[in-house]
Amino acid sequence: MRVLLLALAVAAAAAAAPAEIAPGDRRSGYDFAGPESRVMQDDDTGNPGMLAVLQGEVLWATKARGADRSCADCHGDARTSMKGVAARYPALEPAVGRLLDLEGRINRCRGEHQGAAPFVWESEDLLALTAFVAYQSRGLPIAVRGDGELRPFFDLGSELFHRRQGQLNLSCSQCHDDNWGKRLAGAVIPQAHPTGYPVYRLEWQSLGSLQRRLRNCMTGVRAEPYGYGAPEAVALELYLMARAHGMTLETPAVRP
Amino acid sequence: MARVLINLPARAGRGEIIEIKTLIAHPMETGYRLGPTGAAIPRDIINRFLCTYNGEEVFRTDLFPAIAANPFIAFFTVAAESGEIVFSWTDDHGETQTEVRQITVE
Repeated sequence: MRVLLLALAVAAAAAAAPAEIAPGDRRSGYDFAGPESRVMQDDDTGNPGMLAVLQGEVLWATKARGADRSCADCHGDARTSMKGVAARYPALEPAVGRLLDLEGRINRCRGEHQGAAPFVWESEDLLALTAFVAYQSRGLPIAVRGDGELRPFFDLGSELFHRRQGQLNLSCSQCHDDNWGKRLAGAVIPQAHPTGYPVYRLEWQSLGSLQRRLRNCMTGVRAEPYGYGAPEAVALELYLMARAHGMTLETPAVRP
Repeated sequence: MARVLINLPARAGRGEIIEIKTLIAHPMETGYRLGPTGAAIPRDIINRFLCTYNGEEVFRTDLFPAIAANPFIAFFTVAAESGEIVFSWTDDHGETQTEVRQITVE
């Protein structure tokens, strides 16, 4: 009887929840990109994202006005101190009890320790510094798990991912869990794993953050996008990173 | 100074055909786009790229508004002798950025 009840419960859960992608079936956006984009990403002298990494390296060592301190003054050589950091974000900032993504963390550091004004969201400088930090984790597996004290944020992100939104009344999950690999007009629908952010997107002709990408999709379903740094946006980032747990970081990735 | 990535072999055999790949950060603004106020964003592109090998021109190209941001230019040349390869990009403001790389031919 107990077994039967359990089986029924499992069956009910499976029917209610949209089909999640099995770990073995998970694929990075890289696998959906065309051969030209892949060649571009793989060649460090042809990957335009590397230009931002170079710029970020300069910023890393630039003293900010205010506390007259650079990132390097506290953190030293980014190749060792920042290795693996991007694979752990978004993370909880214990002092404020807020979830911060990498961009948010960098800006908080700027305010707290460098006495400088935060970079504007999506500005070239913020993207470059984020790309430089995330580049130090290239090749490492994503280590975000939405458990423990992150659980409420993960649950919020999951709820947002599965919630129908906008005039088209579509959830993220309907495209990226249920219909990945098929086409939306001319473009292949990927699985929405944030493996290479900040990403150089050919459509944008520039580097862009995961939040920009999320806003892009939200306007696509004609929903009101979250503001940059909004708790919902960061929770969604957390959910996506946890969903891609164990996948390899590729920053700076090139996507169509 | 715009950021530049140049990929060419540091060493090559005499007479060997080598590939040179260059990438430069530039918005390549076409002049056809409108800004937030509805006014056209002025054209700002790199319009000429030139490469010389020990003073001799080996590659030159004119660029036009249809070329994407951060232009990537790749071409081939023959490794004749050791020396300097000079790359220069000129934009609509008349400013030229120059980069120099050494090659050893043996």
